[in-house]
Amino acid sequence: MSAEHSHHAAHEHGHDDHGPAKGIGRWLFATNHKDIGTMYLIFSLVMFLTGGTMAMVIRAELFKPGMQLVDPQFFNSMTTMHALIMVFGAVMPAFVGLANWMIPLQVGAPDMALPRMNNFSFWILPFAFGLLLMTLFVPGGAPAGGWTMYPPLVVQTGDAFPMMIFAVHLMGASSIMGSINVIVTIMNMRAPGMTLLKMPLFVWTWLITAYLLIAVMPVLAGAVTMLLTDHYFGTSFFSAYGGGDPVMFQHIFWFFGHPEVYIMILPAFGVVSEIIPTFSRKPLFGYDSMVYATASIAFLSFIVWAHHMFTTGMPLAGELFFMLSTMLIAIPTGVKVFNWTATMWRGSLSFEPPMLFALSFLFLFTIGGFSGLMLAIAPADFQYHDTYFVVAHFHYVLVPGAIFAIMAGVYYWLPKWTGHMYNMTLAKTHFWLSTIFVNVLFFPQHFLGLAGMPRRIPDYNTQFADWNMISSIGGFGFGLSQLLFVYIVWSTARAGVKATDRVWEGANPQGLEWTVPSPAPHHTFDVAPEVK
Amino acid sequence: MSKSVKYAAIAASLLLAGPAFAAWTLNMTTGITPVSREAHNLHMLIFWICVVIAVIVFGAMIYSIVKFRKSTGAVPDTTMLHSTKAEIIWTAIPIVILVVMAIPAADQLVRIEDTSKSDMTIKVTGYQWKWQYEYLDSNVSFFSTLARDSNAARQLNSGIDPFTVKDYLLDVDHPLVVPVGKKVRVLLTASDVIHAWWVPALGMKKDAIPGFVNELWFRAEETGVYRGQCAELCGRDHGFMPVVVDVKTQADYDAWIKAQQGEKPAVAQATDSSPALANQAATTVAKAE
Repeated sequence: MSAEHSHHAAHEHGHDDHGPAKGIGRWLFATNHKDIGTMYLIFSLVMFLTGGTMAMVIRAELFKPGMQLVDPQFFNSMTTMHALIMVFGAVMPAFVGLANWMIPLQVGAPDMALPRMNNFSFWILPFAFGLLLMTLFVPGGAPAGGWTMYPPLVVQTGDAFPMMIFAVHLMGASSIMGSINVIVTIMNMRAPGMTLLKMPLFVWTWLITAYLLIAVMPVLAGAVTMLLTDHYFGTSFFSAYGGGDPVMFQHIFWFFGHPEVYIMILPAFGVVSEIIPTFSRKPLFGYDSMVYATASIAFLSFIVWAHHMFTTGMPLAGELFFMLSTMLIAIPTGVKVFNWTATMWRGSLSFEPPMLFALSFLFLFTIGGFSGLMLAIAPADFQYHDTYFVVAHFHYVLVPGAIFAIMAGVYYWLPKWTGHMYNMTLAKTHFWLSTIFVNVLFFPQHFLGLAGMPRRIPDYNTQFADWNMISSIGGFGFGLSQLLFVYIVWSTARAGVKATDRVWEGANPQGLEWTVPSPAPHHTFDVAPEVK
Repeated sequence: MSKSVKYAAIAASLLLAGPAFAAWTLNMTTGITPVSREAHNLHMLIFWICVVIAVIVFGAMIYSIVKFRKSTGAVPDTTMLHSTKAEIIWTAIPIVILVVMAIPAADQLVRIEDTSKSDMTIKVTGYQWKWQYEYLDSNVSFFSTLARDSNAARQLNSGIDPFTVKDYLLDVDHPLVVPVGKKVRVLLTASDVIHAWWVPALGMKKDAIPGFVNELWFRAEETGVYRGQCAELCGRDHGFMPVVVDVKTQADYDAWIKAQQGEKPAVAQATDSSPALANQAATTVAKAE
């Protein structure tokens, strides 16, 4: 049945079974999951560098006290755009790219279930981010009210206001379509014998992520649409002067926003759960509990949103509820960390670049988890809230968390994609530079926050000067190190030592993706494999 | 724990003593109110719990990395798939730890939110980008904006070294003045966008939201000048609207408030009508001072 489907699809799309179409048409009209996956990953890398450049502007201005480089308004634009681009343009598309490449290969399907929609969901993104980046050149400048878009401040945005909102709508539409595709593929196109509880963890985490996306992206779309009508059509959802409530926006936003942070970390859990067993030469410890822990985290993500809003003046009962529910997240997250550790326990470890990044993830994500637990404690959060302590926390879970997991995944599967092994020494150099600099960059921000430095300020009192300078040095180092990553990926795509089908011969890679040749041919699993 | 308290006290004293000097401050201030002290204690409690967990978990990870290396001939135990006992233990222990954290946190939360039986009430209004303070019991009102020398130095390429400016960006023309030892209730609102009023040493931060009134309270136990900043992004000059609280002895405070009332009894009405008028009023008060 699977083979039939593939033949049918190939016929319908005018594809030649022997290879991809030639020229630009291959990419514009792509329906092949591997091509679309590649486009997502390249797009994500471009956005990562764009958002990273903005981070460099931020760290350059914060290098020492006093305003040296930019206007405060432009500084606010940089923090806002950096966040929007990194969240929606870099991290999320990177995971969708990994999903496109790996989910069909891991479940033994010939392609994603809905290839044309797949094409559409990718090609929306360049328009979405084109629109967003164009705001840098319109009157009033780029959005500067923070990526959280809190009214009434966001309504002071200039001509960029509707552009930002339409860009967010487009990103949301793209994400929803991508998620539908993931769910339909996983639910309907698994190889015979692959029951749900035999799926690789990456597939599981993505399935749960996709449901989260479908649940919350429309909520974000609703929130920003209400902003739009407040601004242009005379409604007062969020304006107190018309009987609305600015804090309601925050509730709606964070009802999206908190699941969103798990959308960015659950697939990372999946990638790490693939890599650690491989290079420990030992099956994942507690597979079932990993799945249940992921599902628990996803469920809890819907009932903790207001911990982002402890200082908005919620009733005591609300503060107690959101504090306690947030603390509960530590339990399933702990289970995951313990399971990864138990997977390494009595294993036989080797330290190839994917494993190095996975280990760095394990340590540094856990540090981000600790600061997350501290932030959950409301009375202490009154001091932490909106300081650099929060900035340090979410960068620890997003950079050495999500982004290191993406890099681990790229180093793990790149030989499968390109058919070439990369230069291990260069990759390890990239790892060490990234790991050292990411800590130099973000660890001092804990101190800055505890000492009382608010976030989103372009200039600061001289007591914060030392750690800011250290942090900026770490930032420049981290930013430059990523150019090495670009070079490694680019050079590996062009040439390199031929990779074997199993790639990691000395290790123990499990999963159907290692049964197909390297590079993975344009069409794989025309005949569905049997899973025992 | 006592060592940590001492260490934190040093950090805090650095923070309080010398904003003019660069300081490698590492930790949260203990502050000068019961709430700030408790927040600090809670912070240290969770911090040390996290440190203990980190030592155990990172210890196990590092042990695995060192001990079970393929290069030293480690043989994987591929039968180790799952252990109900281990999983129950590492689910149950975190629950116990969370309960240990939650009890003092909830207890403190209840006390923080109790604004009853206050000795005085001050209404704080956030503007882009200044604060207005209204003493509701005494009919005194004024605006508080970034000090002139900080404002000059913070202009793009001003050529003024911030290290030469006293309390750079943390100084205002008219600080909020409160008496020591009194329970001060603060009513918070804003006229344009959301701001947040925060002085770390007072241990409390709350949003000032247009159209709504929030409240917080503090009881300063030591005299002195305590500095903080707006803590909610409020536009271009968000980084330039500091909060400065001058805690005076009761006698000094009484004298100060009398001086304010004596010089300009009509200030409170003026502020209601327009910020511009109120600004003038505040300036008049300042001149009188």
